[in-house]
Amino acid sequence: MRTIAEINEKIKKGKAVVVTAEEVIDIVQEKSYKKAYETIDVVTTGTFGPMCSSGVFINFGHSNPPIRMQSILLNDVCAYGGLAAVDTYIGATEVSQKRGMEYGGGHVIEDLIAGKDIKLHALSSGTDCYPRKEILTTINKDNINQAYMFNPRNAYQNYPAATNSTNKTIYTYMGTLLPNYGNITYSTSGELSPLLNDPYLRTIGVGTRIFLGGGVGYVAWQGTQHKVDVERSANGIPLVHAATLAVIGDIKGMSTEYVRGAVFDKYGVTLFVGVGVPIPVLDEEMLKYVSVKNSEIYTKLVDKSGNVNIDKKYNYAELRSGTVKFNGKAVHTAPLSSLDVARKIACTLKEWINRGTFELTEKVADLPCESVVHPLEIREIK
Amino acid sequence: MSKLKLKLSFDKDCVTKPVIYELVKKYDVMTNILSANIEYGNRGNMILEIKGKEENLSLTLEYFKSLNIKYEIYAEAILWDESKCINCGSCTAVCPTQALTMGKDDLLHFDKDKCVVCQLCINACPIRIISVEL
Ligand code: SF4
Ligand code: SF4
Repeated sequence: MRTIAEINEKIKKGKAVVVTAEEVIDIVQEKSYKKAYETIDVVTTGTFGPMCSSGVFINFGHSNPPIRMQSILLNDVCAYGGLAAVDTYIGATEVSQKRGMEYGGGHVIEDLIAGKDIKLHALSSGTDCYPRKEILTTINKDNINQAYMFNPRNAYQNYPAATNSTNKTIYTYMGTLLPNYGNITYSTSGELSPLLNDPYLRTIGVGTRIFLGGGVGYVAWQGTQHKVDVERSANGIPLVHAATLAVIGDIKGMSTEYVRGAVFDKYGVTLFVGVGVPIPVLDEEMLKYVSVKNSEIYTKLVDKSGNVNIDKKYNYAELRSGTVKFNGKAVHTAPLSSLDVARKIACTLKEWINRGTFELTEKVADLPCESVVHPLEIREIK
Repeated sequence: MSKLKLKLSFDKDCVTKPVIYELVKKYDVMTNILSANIEYGNRGNMILEIKGKEENLSLTLEYFKSLNIKYEIYAEAILWDESKCINCGSCTAVCPTQALTMGKDDLLHFDKDKCVVCQLCINACPIRIISVEL
């Protein structure tokens, strides 16, 4: 048994042994679990995929005379006007009023992080204390007060692979799906993915310090649709959507290498977000979890047209090979999340810990270990 | 021997003409239909690769003009802005010829020679870094 405090002592002295969730697999194969456990203190993870439930809180500062902004546009993308006078939230999926789906909240966030000037146009009905009725100016990350990302749902623990049973191409958040089971897409960093390396969230909870978008962030809460009571493989890995994280972090430390606005064809705008979580190897059980490999991580296949109930699962080694067998035929598979960037995230986090600039945190509270996801009932309005 | 990739757009009248046959017969060019999309007895378009002597290719283009077939000349392949690529792999989902594939290094690989300029990858790329030069 080792504690997070002990690991942090080692980090301070530059003596902690940190490896990525890919590297640990080989180490465990060479040595026994026992030997490997004795040497490894921390395993770093990473993921870089489209995460729609993302956005940024901004405080613009007050103009003279001041305005209480009610309708707010950033580069012609609508931001929320229902907070205090000059506070707003810009969500990743909001689309431009001028350019439609080709530009949206995700791109505003990317441009903000890039340091570009963003056009701000806001309207107000005017009040005695906030007389101004309109403002047109530009803002950038250096002339606004706060700008922090708060993503209600990121880092989904596993996600079903997608295909299309109909005879027409369909356009989804899982990419373009060709007719008649013409392809299969999947979105994960597999053995590198944060929540697949700690399937029961033993070490991840409220307050966990993480890598977010190239800077430092924190786990703020359970993510929306967080679910733990799901079907799992014998190794504890969920076969479907399960746990999720709500995360927070200052965009001023972020980089566009790890935050990118994106367009899913005929679907809409989203944001690629880079998330990395350090996992302390507290005991041999944790070492087992972090050394899980792609061939042991299964996911279900889902018909995104919603017509056919497919009873089929694949592991990520199969999906990553480029083709899988389905209904007796070879079907082409394609990823949607970038393994290359996920690997860079895990390596960057490892470097931060090695340099002593990033220490691990004890969680302040557990994420719920029981939770139900309700469907939305359509009720009659009385 | 030169080669050209073309997009032909026809209207009603020329759909019925044996255009491809004429190309081979009259102008001695090799043709390779990369993709064709012809509404039954109506109008349509086709992406075609033609190979042959330079002067015969020019004559072929004249021939298209005389038939009122509109053509656009494509670059050899699509343009991929590699420096902006995040290597997500979304484009590989739709590429019919495996010109775009994910390599063992988990980076996107583009094999120009296999590209048939079908342009499906252009909209499938969420970062919008694939384009085609006419
Ligand atoms: S245009 Fe794109 S999708 Fe079509 S063959 Fe070329 S690379 Fe593949
Ligand atoms: S979809 Fe675009 S960003 Fe993704 S791998 Fe293909 S070219 Fe690169």
